[in-house]
Amino acid sequence: MKARGRVFKYGDNVDTDVIIPARYLNTSDPQELAKHCMEDIDSTFAQKVQEGDIIVADKNFGCGSSREHAPIAIKASGVSCVIASTFARIFYRNAINIGLPILECEAAVKGIEAGDEVEIDFGTGTITNLTKNETYQAQAFPEFMQKIIAADGLIKYIQKDLA
Amino acid sequence: MGMTMTQKILAAHAGLESVVAGQLIEARLDLVLGNDVTTPVAVKEFSKVGIDKVFDKTKVAIVPDHFTPNKDIKAAEQCKFIREFARDKEIENYFEVGEMGIEHALIPEKGLVVPGDVVIGADSHTCTYGALGAFSTGIGSTDMAAGMATGKAWFKVPSALKFVLTGKMQKWVSGKDVILHIIGMIGVDGALYKSMEFVGDGIKNLSMDDRFTMANMAIEAGAKNGIFPVDEKTLEYVKAHSTKEYTIYEADEDAEYDAVYEIDLSTIRPTVAFPHLPENTRTIDEVGDIKVDQVVIGSCTNGRMEDLRMAASILRGKKVAKGVRVIVFPGTQKIYLQALEEGLVKDIVEAGAVFSTPTCGPCLGGHMGILAKGERAIATTNRNFVGRMGHPESEVYLASPAVAAASALTGKITNPEEIA
Repeated sequence: MKARGRVFKYGDNVDTDVIIPARYLNTSDPQELAKHCMEDIDSTFAQKVQEGDIIVADKNFGCGSSREHAPIAIKASGVSCVIASTFARIFYRNAINIGLPILECEAAVKGIEAGDEVEIDFGTGTITNLTKNETYQAQAFPEFMQKIIAADGLIKYIQKDLA
Repeated sequence: MGMTMTQKILAAHAGLESVVAGQLIEARLDLVLGNDVTTPVAVKEFSKVGIDKVFDKTKVAIVPDHFTPNKDIKAAEQCKFIREFARDKEIENYFEVGEMGIEHALIPEKGLVVPGDVVIGADSHTCTYGALGAFSTGIGSTDMAAGMATGKAWFKVPSALKFVLTGKMQKWVSGKDVILHIIGMIGVDGALYKSMEFVGDGIKNLSMDDRFTMANMAIEAGAKNGIFPVDEKTLEYVKAHSTKEYTIYEADEDAEYDAVYEIDLSTIRPTVAFPHLPENTRTIDEVGDIKVDQVVIGSCTNGRMEDLRMAASILRGKKVAKGVRVIVFPGTQKIYLQALEEGLVKDIVEAGAVFSTPTCGPCLGGHMGILAKGERAIATTNRNFVGRMGHPESEVYLASPAVAAASALTGKITNPEEIA
């Protein structure tokens, strides 16, 4: 599986309140949430983002509230992957559980700039910056998480046990 | 190799002799929790599993507390959706408006968590119950759905930071100041993926309400959980609130910690976190002249009896500053009634503050006290992120009930020592 897109770049501690403000949490409809994705940190994101685009951020991406609406909004915006130096732990679980690809890679975060064209090979964890002609190697997922991803999320994964 | 307190609880719930940091385990759950924002998504996911029953209808709790009493039609629809689910699945611990409270104040009060439990909740402040010596952590809606279906959840066993607390807090200093001080020290990702284990002689000087406040904000340092050892105060609380069987776990003497911090509680000053991160802390002596438009006292962090008593003791017989809006939220209906019986509500209302029904309301910018552009609040809540309480260009300063109440009287962030 591969992803390719243009990069939106952010700094440290992007919290789930700015990813999707609570004033929009009176719905859980993914398309409605996508309209307000990143609104309080980047008010033009929802208009500019295109299918396949990639979010790159520094430390502790997705900190704060456990709202799964945050990765849902990002995924419904068409974003193909989030790359960060580190992720807050609840966001990390939620992203895997709903099938939003995420990668931890400090080198990529250092090298990639906003607007760069980036390609990701999820099979190998290789991130290629096509604009700068650089490659970075992300950490592979533990085997257990790969199984959840291969099952297309946690619900389908547990269905096998309950069937 | 020895295990931390958290690791021991997780090992027991995974049916293992021992576990080590980094190990992936599947643990049995004693409680699965959700609120009116996260449960609708969980119910949709649950319905995809293809089973009709939750794993144990006594071990699921649903508390509509965020946008309740329903703030608008969409919120009402979400509440209706989870109310019908709770009825259909015969969820015993569904708490309707009138009996509900802010979930993390309500769940311990109802005796639903006891020492040694493993709890997951689709709300990041589920870590509050670590005050009771339980492993308790926030997760998202899909994990809640899977937990309701299977009664199990997967975890990566966390490593831990140890906080050795000694001494006794000064007057006007409370658990909120201690945890803000710690977050200021280690940062908002200082405990990322880790447990925060609080130990030491100073713990005996912390009330249960102080401990709930401290465990509650472990997530603000990125922690998986915060946890306190079980002592006489814990057992007194548990016996007064619960008939559930409990198990006391203690960290091994040779347990390994990533870092150990020693904190003398007597040296901690009233502490304020400046916008827009809980780690931006300053002592009250370093705050300077900060005017406020609104004061919020309450939330899952600071809406318990001691918090209201502290606020009322400062407001009693005085008037809030002209032009400042002061809103007080009790954590639960029981706390509301007790505050009424103790005369605290009278003190608060006579001072010119609002006394609300329990709700998460303004803490997350939901309703009941939203900030306009350029406005500033001091709040006893837990987060001061951009836009957290309203307009993206508003500001939230985090502090204790004592500092918030003192600030209500002057209209600027104020040291309670100067008021009393």
